[in-house]
Amino acid sequence: MRGNFTLKRDYYAGGLMLLLGVGAAVTGAGYKFGSLARMGPGFMPVVLGVVLAFLGLLIAGTALGSSEPERGKFLPDNPQWFGWLCIIGGPVLFIILGQYGGMIPAVFACVFVCALGDNTATYKSSAILAAGITVFGVVLFHYLLHIPFPLLRGFNL
Amino acid sequence: MISTAITDLWYGFGVALEPHNLMYCFLGVLVGNLVGVLPGMGPVATISILLPLTFGMQPVPAILMLSGVYYGAQYGGAICSILLNLPCHPPHAVTCLDGFPLTKQGKGGTALGITIIAAFVGASFGITEMIFLAPFLVKVALEFGPAEVCSLMLVGLLAGSTLAKGSPLKGIAMTVLGLLVGIVGSDIETGQPRFTFGITELFDGVEIIALALGMFGIAEFMNSINNTETVDLRYAKVGISDMFPSKADMKLAFWPMIRGTLIGSLCALIPGTGPTIASFVSYATEKKISKTPERFGHGAIEGVACPEASTHSSVQGDFIPTMSLGIPGDTVMALLLGALIIHGIVPGPQLITQHADIFWGLIASFWIGNILLVILNVPMIGLWVKLLSIPYRYLYPSAMFFVCIGVYAANNDMFQVGETLFIGVVGYILLRLDFHPAPILLGFVLGPRFEENFRRSLLISRGDLMTFIERPISAFFLLICVVLVVAQIYVWLRKPKIVAEEQAIEAQVPTSSYSELA
Repeated sequence: MRGNFTLKRDYYAGGLMLLLGVGAAVTGAGYKFGSLARMGPGFMPVVLGVVLAFLGLLIAGTALGSSEPERGKFLPDNPQWFGWLCIIGGPVLFIILGQYGGMIPAVFACVFVCALGDNTATYKSSAILAAGITVFGVVLFHYLLHIPFPLLRGFNL
Repeated sequence: MISTAITDLWYGFGVALEPHNLMYCFLGVLVGNLVGVLPGMGPVATISILLPLTFGMQPVPAILMLSGVYYGAQYGGAICSILLNLPCHPPHAVTCLDGFPLTKQGKGGTALGITIIAAFVGASFGITEMIFLAPFLVKVALEFGPAEVCSLMLVGLLAGSTLAKGSPLKGIAMTVLGLLVGIVGSDIETGQPRFTFGITELFDGVEIIALALGMFGIAEFMNSINNTETVDLRYAKVGISDMFPSKADMKLAFWPMIRGTLIGSLCALIPGTGPTIASFVSYATEKKISKTPERFGHGAIEGVACPEASTHSSVQGDFIPTMSLGIPGDTVMALLLGALIIHGIVPGPQLITQHADIFWGLIASFWIGNILLVILNVPMIGLWVKLLSIPYRYLYPSAMFFVCIGVYAANNDMFQVGETLFIGVVGYILLRLDFHPAPILLGFVLGPRFEENFRRSLLISRGDLMTFIERPISAFFLLICVVLVVAQIYVWLRKPKIVAEEQAIEAQVPTSSYSELA
């Protein structure tokens, strides 16, 4: 497999926490810190950021010391790039089509694209599922629960 | 004391039996039972999806329904474990060990029957525990000042992160991350926007539904897409008549049931040890004290009765710290606490007196809900079994629809959908790095209150940190924190026997592709 992913996962985990912690502390330092008796809005962010950074170091540190064998790589054994893309693509389409098209196209596109992510799915099966969910969704959310979300923008349905 | 409890409970039944409330309680347990059966759906995601739909409702039916989802899901979860050997709900993972062998022997119906009885016994005890313990806790908690509340929250946060699954260090890191996410938005005292990066939509803070559905919805689907086992329905044929256990089976299961109930109710009282830990501990105990431990793992009815009873008694007991102290013990409780806050109810010891209808109505609805679940599960078992065969490829796109529209409906704002997606992707990265998402939600919900009380207690003491040690109750809580940390270091340095045993059992449970459906 790829060489750069054979490093221990905990190094990445610790590194990420260190990064997030330092980031939070630095951002928090921009707000008024105050004193213990009169804490400003920056007090908690800085303290928590420092604690998180410290925990990150500890996580990476204990990984350094442990002799346990490598438990897994960052990427799963069979990365599902297409599946992930579909799962991310669904809500993105929901946002875009919901904003400019309305509920019907948004729901249909979201379910259709998400369903395509499965290895066994076909265009036909995904379309049938998406159509079914759209009908169900419109009845439940538009006619029963009355959420303010036009079915088709520009048409008064 | 008993007479006041009975009067209050009577009042509670009056609230819970109002047709409107009864209907939502029924709806809650039905939905809960349904998602409990479906492999790949968890109560956390379901409650988050339902939460925005309750905005227009009165708080009482809303809370009854959302709680119903939680304990209803526990009834469904066992079906998956026993009939399919799929531990898709962590509290029922250990039930696979003896439940599935029983199914293979053609005794799956008996196992399910015993499960339902054990569930009812466990739940009844858990509810009774709540009736008597919660008012007592409230009496103590009403004396708390901000310093005590702060220390108590620290216990809750530390316990929630270290006693859960996975590395305790990573759990604490996730709690701190949750606290940081809770800071996003305008500062309560000065109005200064923090961590908003100029995005107006973030001034009100991160939406709890977006966080929960990102972490437990989208991240979870990314984890299990094309990665689920094919469901093997070969043995899953159960009729109603199979479900009544014989006298011999009942006799065998009786004491394990009682022991499981007691272990579960104890676990519920220790913050951070939810139903999952309760079920593992009780299985280990039962195996140890059994005269025939070699039968365990090959279809011992005790191995089903004991963990199931403890799961259910722990699930009901879980509500005690949440409702009486305002300190949630796990993810679902954190979410329910969030629901209370959204409905304008301040959680804490004053909840029982100020919102008696919610508290006693909830307790009464537990009884009603559990009875409804027993009634639902016996005749409808055939339907539940059919539901098991719904393939994941239909399930997750439908769930994605509910996630999108649920988040949108919370504020009628597309920005929240994007926020959920972002949190979901980050959540998946964290999941791959072996971080468990549950403590994030805990930290997120408690964060703002923790900061408020921390500031207030230091304002009172004029910046003297000793106030946390000088006040005896606060010092006691801090001592518990120290004990928790020391215990973790001890466990890390030399794995004691109990932990090793529990890990041995955990290793036997079939691995699940559904990683963290709390």
